[in-house]
Amino acid sequence: MRWLRKNLVVIAGLLTLAYMILPNLVVMAFSFNRPKGRFNYSWQEFSLDAWKDPCGVADMCESLSLSLQLAAWATLGAVLLGTMIAFALVRYRFRARGAINSLIFLPMAMPEVVMAASLLTLFLNMGIELGFWTVLIAHIMFCLSFVVTAVKARVMSMDPRLEEAARDLYAGPAQTFLRVTLPIAAPGIAAGALLAFALSFDDFIITNFNAGSTVTFPMFVWGSAQRGTPVQINVIGTAMFVLAVLMVAAGQFITNRRKKTATA
Amino acid sequence: MTATLAKEAPGPVEEPVLRKPPARKRLVPYWLLLPGIVWLLVFFALPMVYQASTSVQTGSLEKGFEVTWHFQTYWNAFQEYWPQFVRSLLYAGTATLLCLLLGYPLAYLIAFKAGRWRNLLLVLVIAPFFTSFLIRTLAWKTILADDSVVVDVLNALHFLDVTDWLGWTEGDRVLATPMAVVTGLTYNFLPFMILPLYTSLERIDGRLHEAAQDLYASPATTFRKVTFPLSMPGVVSGTLLTFIPASGDYVNAELLGSTDTKMVGNVIQSQFLRVLDYPTAAALSFILMAIVLGMVTVYIRRAGTEDLV
Repeated sequence: MRWLRKNLVVIAGLLTLAYMILPNLVVMAFSFNRPKGRFNYSWQEFSLDAWKDPCGVADMCESLSLSLQLAAWATLGAVLLGTMIAFALVRYRFRARGAINSLIFLPMAMPEVVMAASLLTLFLNMGIELGFWTVLIAHIMFCLSFVVTAVKARVMSMDPRLEEAARDLYAGPAQTFLRVTLPIAAPGIAAGALLAFALSFDDFIITNFNAGSTVTFPMFVWGSAQRGTPVQINVIGTAMFVLAVLMVAAGQFITNRRKKTATA
Repeated sequence: MTATLAKEAPGPVEEPVLRKPPARKRLVPYWLLLPGIVWLLVFFALPMVYQASTSVQTGSLEKGFEVTWHFQTYWNAFQEYWPQFVRSLLYAGTATLLCLLLGYPLAYLIAFKAGRWRNLLLVLVIAPFFTSFLIRTLAWKTILADDSVVVDVLNALHFLDVTDWLGWTEGDRVLATPMAVVTGLTYNFLPFMILPLYTSLERIDGRLHEAAQDLYASPATTFRKVTFPLSMPGVVSGTLLTFIPASGDYVNAELLGSTDTKMVGNVIQSQFLRVLDYPTAAALSFILMAIVLGMVTVYIRRAGTEDLV
């Protein structure tokens, strides 16, 4: 009983973790299922069919590659625009700072459906055809604020004396920026880029409103929830999960080894 | 000759060099801000104006819509769909509370008790993100299905009798009930609660706990008087990051709920994309925005962390 009281936090925490991981385990298990009928919701028998033929469903891999391209371009756009804003906010004084801060904060404090709907009214009123470009515009818009926040945090903690030192050592403004400022800001920019990629790749609500007949991967999954869920969806979900965990593990391994060689 | 040159040269040459850079430099922030801010103005702020104008239009798809300042639309929309508004706030509020109750122990565990397992636990919190949230939400259909292990256990414990009585579930099933929707919402937004909580807990100086114990505070008192107050910034941003997206969500209600669990997001989506009644949809979206922004403003004031923004 005393043991239980002492470890209550640990038990509660691990139960929460189980709640968070459980759906991933189900997705993984059901990627080996051979469902009866169109829906993959109840366990029938073990099969490797879907893993052997991951692109065996019409249009799924096309939607996946579209989502990856979209996420790449959206990340590039949001990182470029967002990093510039972050530098301006931290490094310079200018008018209307308060208004600009709210303009950057508001997209993060707005239910996604509101942004999605209002953007759709803009496109409808302007007579712009919905498709890849409208989705890209929308994704850059909502990723931007997150990139600004991530980069700003890093640039703010930067020691300005490092740049002064570079200038004292006769580095020009361009050289100072490329060889001192940018490398120091890089982790913030990388964090922002990672966040933007994940947000764009997994976005459903804003895409649902503004995609027209363009089908991204989340849109494909949504459609399949109505028409019938192919097992291949679970294969993709599992593969992405395993790949991401392996990448994190590899990164951890490399930094650990570097630390060891540095101390040795 | 050389003397005159030396005298004259510094004047005209040095002056512009000194004056010009500041003039150019004063414009640098504006150039840096310009593209991003224009993007946000055109694709975030301007759409709000268009939506406002759409909400006071009347007409039909065939004849076209015209601005007639028909504010009646707002009243009609609210009258017809107030149950969905109430449901949205109720579900999102419950999910936020559950996220806090479930997320706090895990954030606490990672920040103070995990030791060398800390990084692994953090990865496990973030890892589910890498599988599309729609796929993971569909997995709940399997977990909460009528003859599943989870539902059988809940039935055996007579838990579902209680929730049936409360109106959260119906006829001993979980799928297609409010409980399923709230379970999905809680699940989907938990990481947004845990990460800010963890960040603010991790910053707490461990010596403060020791000091509290030295002053004869019990663990419970230490938590109530030291740890929890210091983690308030995390609590505030975590609850905001959970409540705001949950209140506008329609994915969980659509995939895990029934027609009786529709939230306001479902109405906006179907009015915009299926019924094509743009004025009503725009009005609903505006009412939702006003409610959420109003609640967030009051909440931030009450919590006293305005510097959060």
